[in-house]
Amino acid sequence: MSSGFFIPAMVMGTLLLPAAAGPASAQSGYAIVPNERGDNLTILSPDLNVVKTVETCARPRGIHFDSDHTRFFLGCADDDMIAIYDTESLELVGRIRGVPAPETFDLHPDGRRLIVSNEEDAAASVYDVETGEFLAEYLTGEEPEGVQVTSDGRLVFVASEAANLVHVIDLEADAVIADILVDTRPRRFALTPDEKELWVSAELAGIVNIIDVETLKLVGDIPFLPTGFRPEQVTPVDLVITADGQRAYVALGRANHVAVVEVPSRKVIDYVLVGSRAWGLALTANESRLYVANGLSDDVTVVDTKSLKPITSIPVGRVPYDILIDDR
Amino acid sequence: MVYLGVEGDPHYEPQPLYTGLSLRDRERPLEGIRLGFRDTRVLGRALGLTFELDEVIASPETLSEALTDAQTSQPLAILIDLPPESMVQVLSATGTDDLFINIRDRSGRWRGKDCAPGLLHTPPSHAMLSDALAQYMRALGWTDVLLIHGTTDADAEQTAAARQSTTKFGLKIVDERAFELTNDPRLRDKSNIALLTGGVRYDVVWLIDDLGDFGRYLPFATYSPRPVIGSEGLVPRAWHWTFERYGAPQLNQRFRRQADRDMTSEDWAAWVAVKIVTEAVVQAQSADRAAVHRALRGADLSVDLYKGVRGNLRDWDGQLRQPILLATPNAVIAVAPVRGFEHQFDTLDTLGADRADSACRR
Repeated sequence: MSSGFFIPAMVMGTLLLPAAAGPASAQSGYAIVPNERGDNLTILSPDLNVVKTVETCARPRGIHFDSDHTRFFLGCADDDMIAIYDTESLELVGRIRGVPAPETFDLHPDGRRLIVSNEEDAAASVYDVETGEFLAEYLTGEEPEGVQVTSDGRLVFVASEAANLVHVIDLEADAVIADILVDTRPRRFALTPDEKELWVSAELAGIVNIIDVETLKLVGDIPFLPTGFRPEQVTPVDLVITADGQRAYVALGRANHVAVVEVPSRKVIDYVLVGSRAWGLALTANESRLYVANGLSDDVTVVDTKSLKPITSIPVGRVPYDILIDDR
Repeated sequence: MVYLGVEGDPHYEPQPLYTGLSLRDRERPLEGIRLGFRDTRVLGRALGLTFELDEVIASPETLSEALTDAQTSQPLAILIDLPPESMVQVLSATGTDDLFINIRDRSGRWRGKDCAPGLLHTPPSHAMLSDALAQYMRALGWTDVLLIHGTTDADAEQTAAARQSTTKFGLKIVDERAFELTNDPRLRDKSNIALLTGGVRYDVVWLIDDLGDFGRYLPFATYSPRPVIGSEGLVPRAWHWTFERYGAPQLNQRFRRQADRDMTSEDWAAWVAVKIVTEAVVQAQSADRAAVHRALRGADLSVDLYKGVRGNLRDWDGQLRQPILLATPNAVIAVAPVRGFEHQFDTLDTLGADRADSACRR
């Protein structure tokens, strides 16, 4: 058992970073980074060093905690399964099999239902995370990507990259209730904390579309253009909104920057230079640091959110995709 | 939408070589079109429309009837996959509100002097393909070019395009030599590879061999150790089965699952033809032909080409703007426009006939 090795390390992590830790539990403060082409996970410590590399499944992509953060789910696109890991030991503890090419997913507030986009199947499917049972499937456009469940658990939004649509699934009605046309190649979502606005990155249009959750209509766009880039190089993918709903960070892909947006005014206030093809984003629990996965420079840039300056870039594995931070 | 082809099309006849080998067998790009239609299912749900495809393969004698039938059904577009003589026949019978999308022919003819008002093109022209190679050579400093070409009509057109591209991007053709497929010792300066590639200094061999039976013996056999590009070695293509960026693996995997083979450049050109029409329907928010045709030609059309940038159509000759992949048999080495080549309006217009160069007067 390797858990004997981990427990002391994690206790140390907690001691070193008391401010970052939330409730008193065994949170390591580790950042877990799936490397899509490396077939492994890079584990970064809160002092921004590589702790270890964990071999995992084929083409790991989306990563998400379970309801109490003791376990996390990892989408294994080329293995057609979702792997379940123990957060503390980083050991594989379960598998949900037969999930065609999972890309990203979101956990329903009930903690039981995992809603997964099946990139190659033009469908969003629902699985029971306890039993691995397949519960439901909804037809989407080709290449579904981002998945977002509302906190009341009623609506699920799924972006279809190839069809330029955001599908709205009503889980109670068990139906797709709307297909909203958005700009070219919608990728990921962020909900404002009041859940009035859904932000969608449109990768090839180089903008974020804003959908009003009440009416399910487009109500605004935010264009991005860091100095010195052509519009076609601006390819936003992941985005996060802070807990106070004041600020959003948008990874601009090939423009190698993260845009910082003031949410109420929808104005871009800064662009932070990061690595090459920035995609995945994660904020620490206290929101003092932003982690950015750079897919084409195989590193993770950590940005200080107060000064909006990068602190460092840490080499990880091949093509880092997403980031999960164990600090909440 | 209608797909229009002709029976017994020599383009699709088996082309066996000596000992039963076959180098250039082609398949009709119907699977590309079908995949494009599959992609419209949910889009149709969102728009409250269904898209339909009519696949017509007419005999040469009944081509005009088939065309009339297609026209009377008032399709959004007729995708034409025809040999040149049938293209002439079809385009001369064009009504003013018909829209044709050429999904096969790369010739400059239909984009230049013989361009028709209702004709769009999704495959890159020879000029675009050779410009892509020339940009890459320029970027790498391969400036001295030995041009080796065949003698068929197809070779002649591609050779002319190569000459033009070398001029456009400041490369120097140190010599131009035609090869012959022969064992005649009196013609050995045209068939012996060492003689064909010796006696001159060059950085790169640009090979043009449409049939491919000679050219495949050229790489690794040149008198000087230099790369071979063009018809062998590094080849400019609209699409490649190993392309890894911009969502291309998903498209390749979807195609492979449907067709049980790899997606070719021709399949891609057919797939994207469906894609530009459906995108125009989205933009027009209706299936009204006139509105869709306007949207198709509009500067705001923005089609995801799976090649990293948004595509739309050149208003001067109806050509789809697109990046070109420079690929070996199993890897994409570079994508043109190559970094550093700039354009007043759109970097994609550094490839092929720009507005001022176009011979299309429509």
